[in-house]
Amino acid sequence: MSMGAQDQAIRTGRITRMFIYVVLIFFALFYLLPFFIMMINSVKPLEEITGGNMMALPTEYTFAPWASAWGSAQIGVEATGLKPYFMNSILMVVPAVAISTILGALNGYILTKWQFRGSNILFGLMLFSCFIPFQIVLIPMARVLGSIGLAGTTSGLILVHVVYGIGFSTLYFRNYYAAFPTELVRAAMMDGAGFFRIFWRIMLPVSGPIAVVCIIWQFTNIWNDFLFGASFADLDSMPMTVALNNLVNSSTGVKAYNVDFAGAILAALPTLLVYIVAGRYFVRGLMAGSVKG
Amino acid sequence: MAGSTRAPQDMRTILQNWLPKLVLSPSLAAMMVFVYGFIVYTVYLSFTNSRMLPSYDLVGFDNYARLFGLSAWTTALINLAIFATLYIVICIAIGLLLAIFLDQKIRGEGMLRPIYLYPMALSFIVTGTAWKWLLDPGIGLENTMHMWGWESFEFGWIKDRDYAIYTLVIAAVWQSSGFVMAMFLAGLRGIDNEMLKAAQIDGASNWNLYRRIVIPLLRPAFLSAFVILAHLAIKSYDLVIALTGGGPGRATELPATFMYSYTFTRNQMGVGAASAVIMLMGIAAIMVPYVYAELKEQK
Repeated sequence: MSMGAQDQAIRTGRITRMFIYVVLIFFALFYLLPFFIMMINSVKPLEEITGGNMMALPTEYTFAPWASAWGSAQIGVEATGLKPYFMNSILMVVPAVAISTILGALNGYILTKWQFRGSNILFGLMLFSCFIPFQIVLIPMARVLGSIGLAGTTSGLILVHVVYGIGFSTLYFRNYYAAFPTELVRAAMMDGAGFFRIFWRIMLPVSGPIAVVCIIWQFTNIWNDFLFGASFADLDSMPMTVALNNLVNSSTGVKAYNVDFAGAILAALPTLLVYIVAGRYFVRGLMAGSVKG
Repeated sequence: MAGSTRAPQDMRTILQNWLPKLVLSPSLAAMMVFVYGFIVYTVYLSFTNSRMLPSYDLVGFDNYARLFGLSAWTTALINLAIFATLYIVICIAIGLLLAIFLDQKIRGEGMLRPIYLYPMALSFIVTGTAWKWLLDPGIGLENTMHMWGWESFEFGWIKDRDYAIYTLVIAAVWQSSGFVMAMFLAGLRGIDNEMLKAAQIDGASNWNLYRRIVIPLLRPAFLSAFVILAHLAIKSYDLVIALTGGGPGRATELPATFMYSYTFTRNQMGVGAASAVIMLMGIAAIMVPYVYAELKEQK
């Protein structure tokens, strides 16, 4: 990705470069500011926020807001903190990501290496399904979940996220496998390798980069989802985003800003972590995809 | 490919030919039911007098007539137009600017890029919460400026009916512009340097290089960015809920929040379904040509 220094066509003068750095640093501060404010205010006593300056560093550090957000803030009927909802989200996101990624890999493999009449139209239908506004499926989905007994359960949410996640996961794997030489697959077929053996021995070993992109994408989307969680979950299956919103917008008692800030960071932590650990692979994978296309 | 085998078919070959379709079929079935079947169902409901529960009595275009007679829906559409236009234009402008600047062999690019990108990892609920307090005049930016001695500083947009919609733009741009930057950066890195050098030898200035060659070459990136941002804007629901809750009054109502409240809290399912259909049509108008072009290109 880095290019030879003398090789770049576009050169800039000293003043221009100064200007560029100033702009870039300004934007870096703009992007960092909200997170910085969430961090410093999550470790302040409440009086320091309400009676003071939000931008100021805490004069007294306290981790009580974090403890409260995690374990004792009032969200549902009982003061349980965000902990049970965090667990709900984990129980929902792990199977949903795993299932939709596996299905996406298989579908992508079939749609590129085992094409049949109409497979391109099917792919078009899948592609379009990625972009529908989910409002169009809310009413029937609520009915269906109710009639199969999955309304208000984590299994119900897993089902929802899997069916609406297949489109994107198929899209990623299909575009990735399309660039993979079909001759290799054909040669393996000549040698008598079957459908699953080719998938297992030839396709999967080269799927690392796209699997990372797909997993990160699905993980962030499903973890961050609010609409489905708000529509289909009940108190026992409520995911983290819905719980956070309830915490922040609860109108009872004194507004505990510091607890809200700590809660917001807790809700952001898993996706941030995934992003920090694997983000570079995500960008690299995305870039590889979009440069080609 | 599988269909082209002409050799006498034994059981194993027949199985091999059917296996791919068999493996694909659960996903297909799910898609046909949960996406296209559900769309048909909602469209049907939009022509019925459904209220709290679905009803199957057809009433023609009544719901659509009611929908477009509601001032709340008009507000939602106008808000969407304002929000979507500003969101898309500003995100693309910032994204392009940062990508071009970052492409100038910047020291510390490895550090800046993740900083620009991290907001996209956060949910709109978190983003909305953070900006809600930042923009709150009582404890946020305005208060801070007062503390720092700028007594006359005022920034109460989030509490102001006429300006609250712009606070949505601020938070949404903060969340998405880094992602757009990454898309443009990918496009820039894909441009052949030799071509630029050749143009430079012919005496083109940097400004002209960008205006005449680089930016036109970025067309695919512009198109993808537009499509992604437009569909995000139409779907926007969480951000409104977290940042303003649709208020003050109904000042930040969007079609997505309208649909939810009419369907699930106001017991006007027919009108809610009709609004969802209009949203789908809006997205289809953008997506269908895009998907079609994408498929043709890949043949």
